[in-house]
Amino acid sequence: MDLAFTKEEIAFREEVREFFKNNVPPETRRKLQEGRHLSKDEMVTWWRILNKKGWGVTHWPKEFGGTGWTTVQHYIFNEELQSYPAPQPLAFGVSMVGPVIYTFGNERQKKEYLPRIANVDDWWCQGFSEPGSGSDLASLKTTAERRGDKWIINGQKTWTTLAQHADMIFCLCRTDKNAKKQMGISFIVFSMKSKGVTVRPIQTIDGGHEVNEVFFDDVEVPYENLIGEENKGWDYAKFLLGNERTGIARVGVSKERLRRIRALASKVESGGRPVIEDPAFREKLTACEIELKALELTQLRVVADEGKHGKGKPNPASSVLKIKGSEIQQTTTELLMEIIGPFAAPYDEHGDAGSNESMDWTAQIAPSYFNNRKVSIYGGSNEIQRNIISKAVLGL
Amino acid sequence: MDFDLSEEQRLLKESIDGLLTDAYDFDARKKYMKEKGGWSKALWGKLAEQGLLGLPFAETDGGFGAGAVETMIVMEALGKALVVEPYLATVVVAGGFLRHGGSAEQKAKYIPGIIDGSKTFGFAQLEKNSRYDLFDVVTTAKKKGSGWVIDGEKFVVLNGENADTLIVTARTKGGQRDKTGIGVFLVPADAKGVTRKGYPTQDGLHAADITFTNVEVGADAAIGDPENGLPLIERVADEARTALCAEAVGAMDQSLKDTVEYIKTRKQFGVAIGSFQSLQHRAADMFVALEQARSMSMFATMASDFSDAKERSSAVAAAKVQVGKSLKFVGQQSIQLHGGIGMTMEAKIGHYFKRLTMIENTLGDTDYHLRRVSEGGGLLA
Repeated sequence: MDLAFTKEEIAFREEVREFFKNNVPPETRRKLQEGRHLSKDEMVTWWRILNKKGWGVTHWPKEFGGTGWTTVQHYIFNEELQSYPAPQPLAFGVSMVGPVIYTFGNERQKKEYLPRIANVDDWWCQGFSEPGSGSDLASLKTTAERRGDKWIINGQKTWTTLAQHADMIFCLCRTDKNAKKQMGISFIVFSMKSKGVTVRPIQTIDGGHEVNEVFFDDVEVPYENLIGEENKGWDYAKFLLGNERTGIARVGVSKERLRRIRALASKVESGGRPVIEDPAFREKLTACEIELKALELTQLRVVADEGKHGKGKPNPASSVLKIKGSEIQQTTTELLMEIIGPFAAPYDEHGDAGSNESMDWTAQIAPSYFNNRKVSIYGGSNEIQRNIISKAVLGL
Repeated sequence: MDFDLSEEQRLLKESIDGLLTDAYDFDARKKYMKEKGGWSKALWGKLAEQGLLGLPFAETDGGFGAGAVETMIVMEALGKALVVEPYLATVVVAGGFLRHGGSAEQKAKYIPGIIDGSKTFGFAQLEKNSRYDLFDVVTTAKKKGSGWVIDGEKFVVLNGENADTLIVTARTKGGQRDKTGIGVFLVPADAKGVTRKGYPTQDGLHAADITFTNVEVGADAAIGDPENGLPLIERVADEARTALCAEAVGAMDQSLKDTVEYIKTRKQFGVAIGSFQSLQHRAADMFVALEQARSMSMFATMASDFSDAKERSSAVAAAKVQVGKSLKFVGQQSIQLHGGIGMTMEAKIGHYFKRLTMIENTLGDTDYHLRRVSEGGGLLA
């Protein structure tokens, strides 16, 4: 057992850090630090910088533009990216549909889609959840009916993140109504510009617009847009969800936020002294730092294990990472709320500017607190994660 | 970065797990606890035979030169089996004082007796008002000729009732809460002026309250610098805390396993109660708590290599916080999920809960260590 990183790994961390310092647009970084929303342009600009460096799709196989890094290098890269902070690659393309395409897609699909995903020439969104299918995803009702060399798609998806920017969607559709519910689903990709696709924004409690409802009304899609085999979509969906493992803990994000909390708590006064000097507050902050350290170690255990014994099947420990990671992210936003106290109140409907110049940095704290309630719900709610642990680990 | 055990470490783990599986089931434990002094000399002899009592000592002192990871492996196994023999007091604590502070003569005099299992130790540190502050010492050691005279009262000295030798913290200079002027002394338990009042503890171990009245010891009784012993005491205490974290992880691990097994077999309403989601989710949360504690136990273990004492100490304190929180949750919920049977002395599960509870209150509880980390500027910096 040894905690230390190798000399090469330390040098790698320096290289990554240096690259971020010189290449992340400062305004993008500042907005992330303050919990503000980035514009589509700001995100795409950064992702293309990353891609040009060869770091757009780091974990893909080398032949499709991946880096061939070790699991530890991936870990370091993600941690540095999250804690700098810089925008993480667009998960829907890079982490979700990309691996499905290079694993199950045909040659034409690989050639057509993968380079455009890497360079974000296409912005992808995810068509999984439906109004009646949340945690019970396999009950989904959107249909794709084969008509000659086309699919005709009808139904509705929801919680579609950043669909307002999207060029492409990957979609789970029911293609066999008579099969058992997991068996009759196919994985189909198509253009969001297709006739019959309607995107309607959902405003979340923070006032932001991240998620959408997407309606399909007789959308015609070429048959060849089916990925893999017909009615095997559920397998690909499980593969896709199982791919997201250690990144889900978002340790770097929480680290960056805890650093910011310490800095702000040293500036803001309460009771005639900086908030950080209030033992009750400081102990809450310390408790959160300790939880995060434990989570970081748990994550490193999973990373080291994957590095040594191969990725194989999804590690149920990733459910621990999801549960603790989301709880800690939520705690950090609570601590920020405590620091600003009554100055949390002003609400700016348009989201991007502080209502009070001198307290500008406070503008996004309450929205970010409200918004972060999502992290224990999405990606398999924490209750679903507990089901996974109790079944896959404890055998209950 | 590597979390796997080496080949030798794996063998060590197999060997101690095997020994305890054979010799330390719950019934054997009850038998050992009824022996004179409350633990088994025969079992202690077996630990010595397998070389487990000599693990951390240097080869030149007759030991195996093993490190913190080996101690972690042993303590986890002891925790799983709820071992009552005085490994912590003798090998970890007394061994730690001798290894880090002992003179060549002291090592030669005391270490062989630890390794061959013939001698055990007690650490007389806690005082009526000191609670968890290791520097809060009223017991005095006054110079007399070339030796020392020790006066004072110590409480809840683990293995104090049975120990051959006591390691006593005593003030050589300054006031009650001064950080300098504290010495560490080796005192034969049968020395004139030592009075021991022994008793069993909540978790089935044995301890003693000990009074020292004009106890005279020689110059060779002092371990390290008698006027500046605190750094040594803190270092050994950190090793003991790290060992306790590992013991707690072992106890939690088995407590959760036994609980999961129980809810798989216990039937109500015609089904195993483990089929109910409220119980499944509780068990899942116990698993999360256990894994977080395991990570921090490893962190504290690996921190023993940190060159910076402050960093090491804060890593250990953080581990004690996480383990303290986890053990409370896992311990309490193990009882809850067992229901009524968990409340009985007859069932093993309650004994895990009791040992875990006592571990939290040994050498600093969760709040104490949280305050330490907090006052030290947090863990992130």
